[in-house]
Amino acid sequence: MARIALALMAALQVVAGPGARAQERRVVAVTAKRFEFSPNQITLAQGETITLRLESEDVTHGLFVRPLGIDVDIAPGKPTELTITPPKAGTYRAICDHFCGAGHGGMKMTIVVEERAAGGI
Amino acid sequence: MKKDLDRRRFLKIAGVSMGVGALYTVWPSLGPSLEAAELARRLGNRTGERPTPFTFAQLSDTHVGFDGPIGTRALEKAVETINGLAKPPDLVLFTGDLTHDTEKPGEHAARMTRFREISERLTAAKVYHVPGEHDAGLDGGELFRSVFGPTSYSFDHRGLHFIALDNVSRARPEVGAEQRAWLAKDLARFHKTTPIVVFTHRPLFDLRPDWEWFTSDGDQVMNLLAPYENVTVLYGHIHREDHHTFGHAQHHAARSLSFAFPDPQTVDEKKALAFDKEAPFKNLGLRVVSQTPRGVPKAETVRVQDVELAMNEYSGTEGFSQMLKPATF
Repeated sequence: MARIALALMAALQVVAGPGARAQERRVVAVTAKRFEFSPNQITLAQGETITLRLESEDVTHGLFVRPLGIDVDIAPGKPTELTITPPKAGTYRAICDHFCGAGHGGMKMTIVVEERAAGGI
Repeated sequence: MKKDLDRRRFLKIAGVSMGVGALYTVWPSLGPSLEAAELARRLGNRTGERPTPFTFAQLSDTHVGFDGPIGTRALEKAVETINGLAKPPDLVLFTGDLTHDTEKPGEHAARMTRFREISERLTAAKVYHVPGEHDAGLDGGELFRSVFGPTSYSFDHRGLHFIALDNVSRARPEVGAEQRAWLAKDLARFHKTTPIVVFTHRPLFDLRPDWEWFTSDGDQVMNLLAPYENVTVLYGHIHREDHHTFGHAQHHAARSLSFAFPDPQTVDEKKALAFDKEAPFKNLGLRVVSQTPRGVPKAETVRVQDVELAMNEYSGTEGFSQMLKPATF
């Protein structure tokens, strides 16, 4: 019986397809340019799976947040997407970790992860 | 010859911070005994060269071209100070950010040339460099290599093995697989007791990742070094003195010659400390630099005027030391 239920679930997933799931997922767009991220703060919810869509307007940048497991390069003309599910509420500093020029050391943004409300997302 | 000789007594690297860097003294700590001579001979057989006393200095983060009030004055003072030592060091190691980057055509090369002009005044026998991200992050190290040669290399000096590691030229804070493979090969010929000094720009551990004070594959580098019992890692980048010990390895950061950063444990924002025109070398200043084989600092060998720490010679890292232990042969 359990095996039948699992097979049914798998079939439903194939019918729905990954595209349908992606459509439901919130997309948060962030643009990088020397020496700032725009917006410079985003707010996510604990446990919420979102897609980060990253673009660079000039040179290659990086986005690095160790506690959230984010470490990607953002090359110009090549939008980068990654899926994240913040496990823990908090305020995190994201930095550019791909050296991009004299102001590189100050290129950062804030990611606020709000606590998940009971019965929430 | 006792095999169970106190291994801590054999050879020591002790450092005294100069503010702009540190001067390290290496000496066999057993003194002129037959026992020491025998140990030195045995270790020499292992490494190809018998350890003998010498000193070396580390300078860092000179940022020539940076638009700050100190200009190149701290670098020039460091050079004068080192040259004025009664016994100049054998080696001077620069741990990166020699220059401050700029994209104005020709200007970065001019800054590199200016750095070289000043550093060539050093009368130390040999001067070695690794790049910082401000030297090599934008061009993959091309300019640095055209002036100073390879960004990673190794050499032996008086029984110690020195390794220059580049963790900036890939633009990201990493050493990279290719260099790690080179390192593994480089280390393979050494006995586990060989004293090893790694000098690099960024810390090889997570000092403050959200300030970019880390190397992403630093763990892998330190794993390669883990079998070796006597490892010292010298780095810059953080513009402040810092000391950590993990396993067999001790990690020491030199101060900057341009501006200082605060203690990351006390503030959240990475913001340079304010310049004090009344004390221009504050947090950069030179520290006294000499030690005798018995570990007694000798301040009179250095004459440093108007430098903050000249009146506080024995603070900071005086007393930190690493014992280099011979194996049970």
